[in-house]
Amino acid sequence: MQIDWLAFTPGPAFFGGILLGLAAALYAILHGRILGISGIVSGLLSPKEGDVNWRLSLALGILSAPLLSSLFFDLHTTTVIDADWISIIVAGLLVGFGANYGSGCTSGHGVCGLSRLSPRSLVATVSFMTAGFLIVFVIRHVLGL
Amino acid sequence: MRRHFNFYSQYLIGVLFGVGLIISGMSNPQKILNFLDLAGNWDPSLIFVMGGAILVGLAGFYLVSKRSEAFFGGALHIPTRRDISKPLIIGSLIFGAGWGIAGFCPGPAIVALGAGHLKALVFVLAMLAGMAICNRFFTGHKK
Repeated sequence: MQIDWLAFTPGPAFFGGILLGLAAALYAILHGRILGISGIVSGLLSPKEGDVNWRLSLALGILSAPLLSSLFFDLHTTTVIDADWISIIVAGLLVGFGANYGSGCTSGHGVCGLSRLSPRSLVATVSFMTAGFLIVFVIRHVLGL
Repeated sequence: MRRHFNFYSQYLIGVLFGVGLIISGMSNPQKILNFLDLAGNWDPSLIFVMGGAILVGLAGFYLVSKRSEAFFGGALHIPTRRDISKPLIIGSLIFGAGWGIAGFCPGPAIVALGAGHLKALVFVLAMLAGMAICNRFFTGHKK
């Protein structure tokens, strides 16, 4: 293991993390819910009365963040997508299925669950991190893609 | 009136969350993959993101535990389950595999979609399909 000191950005990472924690905390206090993006989005697929607008409001907020942050803070969104189209589709299917089947994703289990000291979320987080480490190792160092 | 505030608040929290992902660099799949690549040129930034988020989250959820209802009214929908189930582990492993293939998880994919990336749109559509498949064929697992 060697650290990529040029790519490593502890300051912005920590500050951005504080904003994520703040969003999760505000969401729980004001709305009484877990800020779990997979759960909130997935609820739109089986819409119930009075259940659609708040989910859409939150999703639209996330969706408009790049535009608003470049307009008001001159902060541009860096997104480099190396994966090819097939990988994107396979990854999307796995992420969607896995998040629903495992009751959460990086936000619901990772940020909120660990903050709540939930044993389920700790197991989930260790599981998806491990799978992520293994897949990247196989793709980059075994297959050499 | 309170009802409208509810939606504005939802929207603004979504914006805050999205901006947090952008500032922290987590809306960039390349940065996620370089974190997951322990054997390569490792970028540990994600640990600092989680550290900052959990620091604030701990305080926030402590405050929530003292409340009996949400500020905007209604019951708290905070999970109470503590059992470690098979779907929890298997689902999380599948999720992690997908995360490691493209470097996208749901939040950052929506941010990248908002930034206008066509691949993010395809990812989000595939993700919704994956969720629909799970909801359709594996709905009994939550019990």
